[in-house]
Amino acid sequence: MIRYSLKRLLSLILSLAVASLVIFFVIEIAPGDPASFMLGINAQPDTVAALRSELGLDQSKFARYADWVGGMVQGDFGTSYTYRTPVAGMISDRLWVSLPLALYALILSTLIAFPAGIYAAARRGKTGDMAVMGATQLGVAVPNFWFAMMLVLIFAINLRWFNAGGFAGWDNGLLAGLHSLTLPAISLALPQAAILARVMRSALLDILGEDFMRTARAKGLSRRQALWRHGLRNALIPVLTIIGLQFSFLLAGAIIIEQVFYLPGLGRLVFQAISARDLIVVESVVMLLVFAVITVNFLVDLAYAAVDPRLRNRT
Amino acid sequence: MSIKSLILAASSALALTAGAAVAKDSIIVAMQLEPPHLDPTSAAAGAIDSVLYSNVFEGLTRFMGDGSVVPGLAASWDISGDGLTYTFNLQAGVTFHDGTTLDAGDVKFSLDRARAEDSTNAQKALFADIADVTVVDAQTVKVTLAEPNGSFLFNLAWGDAVIVAPESIDNIKTNPIGTGAFKFANWMQGDRIDLQKNADYWGTPAVLNSVTFKFISDPTAAFSSVMAEDVDAFIGFPAPENIPQFEADPRFQVLVGSTEGETILSTNNKQAPFDNVLVRQAVAHAIDRQSIIDGAMFGYGTPIGSHFAPHNPAYVDLTGNSAYDPEKAKALLAEAGLADGFATTLHLPPPSYARRGGEIVAAQLAQVGIKAEIINVEWAQWLETVFRGKTFGLTIISHTEPMDIGIYARPEYYFQYDNKGFQELMSDLNATTDPDKRIALMQQAQTIISEDYVNGYLFQLAQLSVAKAGVQGLWSNAPTQATDLTAVSWAD
Repeated sequence: MIRYSLKRLLSLILSLAVASLVIFFVIEIAPGDPASFMLGINAQPDTVAALRSELGLDQSKFARYADWVGGMVQGDFGTSYTYRTPVAGMISDRLWVSLPLALYALILSTLIAFPAGIYAAARRGKTGDMAVMGATQLGVAVPNFWFAMMLVLIFAINLRWFNAGGFAGWDNGLLAGLHSLTLPAISLALPQAAILARVMRSALLDILGEDFMRTARAKGLSRRQALWRHGLRNALIPVLTIIGLQFSFLLAGAIIIEQVFYLPGLGRLVFQAISARDLIVVESVVMLLVFAVITVNFLVDLAYAAVDPRLRNRT
Repeated sequence: MSIKSLILAASSALALTAGAAVAKDSIIVAMQLEPPHLDPTSAAAGAIDSVLYSNVFEGLTRFMGDGSVVPGLAASWDISGDGLTYTFNLQAGVTFHDGTTLDAGDVKFSLDRARAEDSTNAQKALFADIADVTVVDAQTVKVTLAEPNGSFLFNLAWGDAVIVAPESIDNIKTNPIGTGAFKFANWMQGDRIDLQKNADYWGTPAVLNSVTFKFISDPTAAFSSVMAEDVDAFIGFPAPENIPQFEADPRFQVLVGSTEGETILSTNNKQAPFDNVLVRQAVAHAIDRQSIIDGAMFGYGTPIGSHFAPHNPAYVDLTGNSAYDPEKAKALLAEAGLADGFATTLHLPPPSYARRGGEIVAAQLAQVGIKAEIINVEWAQWLETVFRGKTFGLTIISHTEPMDIGIYARPEYYFQYDNKGFQELMSDLNATTDPDKRIALMQQAQTIISEDYVNGYLFQLAQLSVAKAGVQGLWSNAPTQATDLTAVSWAD
């Protein structure tokens, strides 16, 4: 197990190194000089040159890459070109919005998906199942920004229960913070819930065909009793995998929702940074997201290996 | 006490509290773009001025809502007979928000910093004529110019010329310390900036106690933030198609004003066939301005025939020079030897005036045989390829700097217009301080570029703002990109 873990760790570090190279150079190749962007169309060439040297842009690409990676290893992500503050601090500020939002959405989607999936599996082929499956089909098909706009129209503009957007800040209390994250979390959660409910249902139905379930039924348990007592625990493995994947998706994929609700999260930071050519911020956030995804995969691999010893000898 | 009087007392108490709630002393103002940082003297971002100009930072002179220039931190000034020496007398008793006193040394520091060799001031050209700044005494500062500059007082009103102090300069990007009626309180990046009333302000104090700027870039989100009454005003509302809805709603007022933004079809004057004035004239006559304004801006915008703001006292209406006449355009093309038309490129930056307007322009050009290939670009890309690289045929952009007709005297500028006569006229204008003579020269300048068809002149960008009905004192025009809230209050 230790050897397997070390091997996995090595490949994780290698992936991160390759990712950092690709991210840095792909973003640097895109046209547009950050300094002339900031100074606009009236700036004189010597002013642009002065700003370039102030930002360190006059160094070679490789020197800047080495600086960036060297700093990141020590937790220093560099200084934003436009905001002129440490990128690490900006990212952690934004994570205080994006992480709770992703978690909130994940909890909501689980709360919706579990009962829906179990209900549908228990009533396979009946009207209830068809209704749940129809609803999830809709949930998968309709984009979440459309949900978001509908929620704003109904609950913010008409009913005035929520603000149309913005973030109250955690300094104003947990409730105020959660209140401003509720509509965004619901719009993120609905499509996720639809996917999760479908996975839950099919996982349960697969389990129902297994030998141990037939044994349980043979011992006199009803279909539903067998599902609750033996099926659910076994069906959780594929469902948890999906939840893990969804979390990193929610963290990275909230860009549009953060635009619709003008939330100061990670997605909005990347959006602003891209349009302002704040390369170092874009590179660092993308790197962080890659790191999150790779690490989650690493942990999932380790968890699988712990559960299933056969996997340890592969690769 | 009878039940009836109890109810009366209760209801009048309620009315009192309701009255107190109406007399608000704070405001939430939304705008599209967030400032990258808070130093107006080292970036071109208009969003920095939008938050800080006049509110937090002040210059020696300042713009008013109608675009006029009035004394600011300089109470008065004397100009020497040769127009080379300006002696400014500073306002007495001005302190910065950190308690330090404003004196002539701060003015010298600010102007020297802006024009220094390693300066990152985006409008360094404003200070190019300054030869020397000397401190006469604590309240007096003398600025000597290398050559006379009739727009010097105007230049000093720009946000890029505000007065800063050496004591607080190091942290200006995150903690701006100015002399204005509001002081900086807090910035939650990505969300809002809070300002507080400056109790020690030297001039007329602000009416409001606190001000919050919110940043909402998405047009749909902008609409819902106003409709849900999350914000009290939206300055520079990004979706003109929603304006009629606000106009019909008694909860809101709509302010329609003018900006300094001349929206033009910039033309590469060095690239064939645009190096032929007949071709440029043909392009000008092929364009129907009103249908561009209607189609792209939902009717908001003023047609222009030269590079000058219609609200300026020196403005001349030259739209007649380039009236919509596709037949004439075709004839001009034939005269230029291009009877079958030609193909060119049309680069369009992100704002909707360019993207939507560009589609209409391309369709109108096609009517006379000019095939303009539309290339959508991001701002950074536009700066790189069009502005610096000059590899383009046509492009659409709004030039928002105030009074910037001087760019036509710079042959290296991206539309590459090289006219010695015009360049001399601009030097004359710079050397002239007499207001009447200046107006005559500016009118001559407008006429020259209009008759040379340097660019296609489309329309002056409108400034659209929506506010709650009770808000008063907002600027409707945008003579500079400021949201001056020093005189804003709520109606009782």
